[in-house]
Amino acid sequence: MQKLGELKLPHFFNYPPYFTLQPVRETREKQIQLWKELILDYCRTQKIFVVGLEEDFALFSNPAIERSLNHEARVAFLSAIVSDGRAEWMDKGHRRCLILWHRIQDWADIILRFVKDNGLEDSVMTVEEIRSGIESRGTDIHGMDRTVLMRALKLLENKGKLAIFKGTSTDDEGVKFSV
Amino acid sequence: MAGNWLLPAETTTSGRPVLRPGEVEFSLQPSVDLVNEENPNFPTFKSGLLILTTYRLLWLPNPESTTSPSSSAAVSVPLAAVTHIFQSKRSIKGMFASPRVRFQVSVTPEGRVQERGSKSMVITLVLRGKSDPDSFLGKFWEAWRGKAWEGSVSGSVEGVEGPGSLGDGGGSSSSDTGLALKMPVVGVSGILRKEQEMWESTDKSLQDAFQDLNALMNKAKDMVMLAEKMRQKLLSGSNSQANVTNDEEMGSKEEMQDWLLSVGIVSPVTKESAGALYHQQLSRQLADFVKIPLEKAGGIMNLIDIYCLFNRARGTELISPDDLLRACSLWEKFNVPVMLKKFESGVMVIQNKSHSDEEVFSRIRSLVQKPDALQTGVSATDAARTLGIAPAMAKEHLLAAESKGFLCRDVSPDGFRFYVNIFQDIDPNDEYLVKEYGVYDAWIRATIASR
Repeated sequence: MQKLGELKLPHFFNYPPYFTLQPVRETREKQIQLWKELILDYCRTQKIFVVGLEEDFALFSNPAIERSLNHEARVAFLSAIVSDGRAEWMDKGHRRCLILWHRIQDWADIILRFVKDNGLEDSVMTVEEIRSGIESRGTDIHGMDRTVLMRALKLLENKGKLAIFKGTSTDDEGVKFSV
Repeated sequence: MAGNWLLPAETTTSGRPVLRPGEVEFSLQPSVDLVNEENPNFPTFKSGLLILTTYRLLWLPNPESTTSPSSSAAVSVPLAAVTHIFQSKRSIKGMFASPRVRFQVSVTPEGRVQERGSKSMVITLVLRGKSDPDSFLGKFWEAWRGKAWEGSVSGSVEGVEGPGSLGDGGGSSSSDTGLALKMPVVGVSGILRKEQEMWESTDKSLQDAFQDLNALMNKAKDMVMLAEKMRQKLLSGSNSQANVTNDEEMGSKEEMQDWLLSVGIVSPVTKESAGALYHQQLSRQLADFVKIPLEKAGGIMNLIDIYCLFNRARGTELISPDDLLRACSLWEKFNVPVMLKKFESGVMVIQNKSHSDEEVFSRIRSLVQKPDALQTGVSATDAARTLGIAPAMAKEHLLAAESKGFLCRDVSPDGFRFYVNIFQDIDPNDEYLVKEYGVYDAWIRATIASR
């Protein structure tokens, strides 16, 4: 079985019609379903948060069978993920897509668990520390997209679990947990 | 019984009259009553289609109005039995009533229409349709005076051939008027001379025919006869000289026969003869015509192919593509065994109603599940080769199978190919699960085997 990074690719990744957007509705729905799962799985294993439609994205082509998705198909599959609430377009032109392989709510829960696991209930951390500090190493939080992180933190702030305070630059943004 | 005072007439399944050899349609009149005013006990034939041919007057019941099969019998009056046609009288009364045409026929003492009957009787035609009675009367006269049936009554084909006939029977030369002295046919030189004569006569009639269009029209009947004759000749030739002819000659002879066969619609429906009924009659004639080519082509044919065949068979009275389309779309209204089908791409075909897409579908099904096709898919050309049909048609069938969810497409720089649909076999909750003995499994086996 082929592998792409950490991800084991399913057999149908070598099925040429998988790379052509199918015109028949039922078949297309099934195809879109399979692509949604595969894109989310791939982003999760590779920790990819942003997919650019005009940039190289390893999953969208299969050199073994010399097939790759055209623009229309890429838009169709990403749009399907967007309408499931598992991704968001980052611009009006639909050229960049933010993939939420954990929903914002799930990210918030993961952060809370991380805080509890590390005994940080009442401490202060900078946002950068959360993303790339020693404590988060080995968790999904490590190296996570700043935009996604900020949105998860805002959600927690609204729930009163923490307070975000601004420094002089964006790098200075800090968080005071009060779990 | 009084009911059969007229002679019965045969019709085809699509409701066109069966014409005798050499019989040509002259004029068609819608909603005509056939009344026997002398003998009111005899049943009246109401509001049917009247067809004037060179041999007969045919009355066909109106297909929309007939309900019981017993009343749907077509009848005919041979022109040979007509003894007099009355000129229409112009009167004040006639201004308001439907135009009538009266003619006298000879009948048997019981009142049945018959040639050279001992008694006579007057039949009235009431023309209810919007038509010109005078022009019809003119044509009626013309047909009657033409006595075209006399050529056919004498029966044999030879009678029409004229001088310099192909003359394969000894008796035929006696009917030739021009050649009093004939060299006996002896030996190889005799055969050669006979061939030469045949050549010359064929050449002559061809030249005559092409001098101008009128001459061609006059010669049309002879041409059809000639074609038929040549076909017969080829047929008998290939049987008797089987030891001499090689395969190539046989092939070309068969081809020649096909060409000659396709020459012959003797009485094409024309706008002139059918008038307002043109498309309806054309539609019926077409339905009769397409049966044989359809059978040869496996029950389905491109509309364009039919157009070519049909016009070639019509010879000079060509129809426009628009007329053909209209004729085909009228089939829905008639009870004919063929239908017009339009594929989603816009390609139109004619097919037998009995022709089933299921059969084609199952052949495609077995084609795409062969190990090669599982790996590399099938193109329209591959399918055309396997199914024995045109690539454009094969593509339509593949697209139809795709829309049923059985095939998937693969569009790439390599071309447009179809694969068996394995999406249906994949579990959306577990992308790695492969069900045993499904098409997905078969596909994996085939692709792994190729690596």
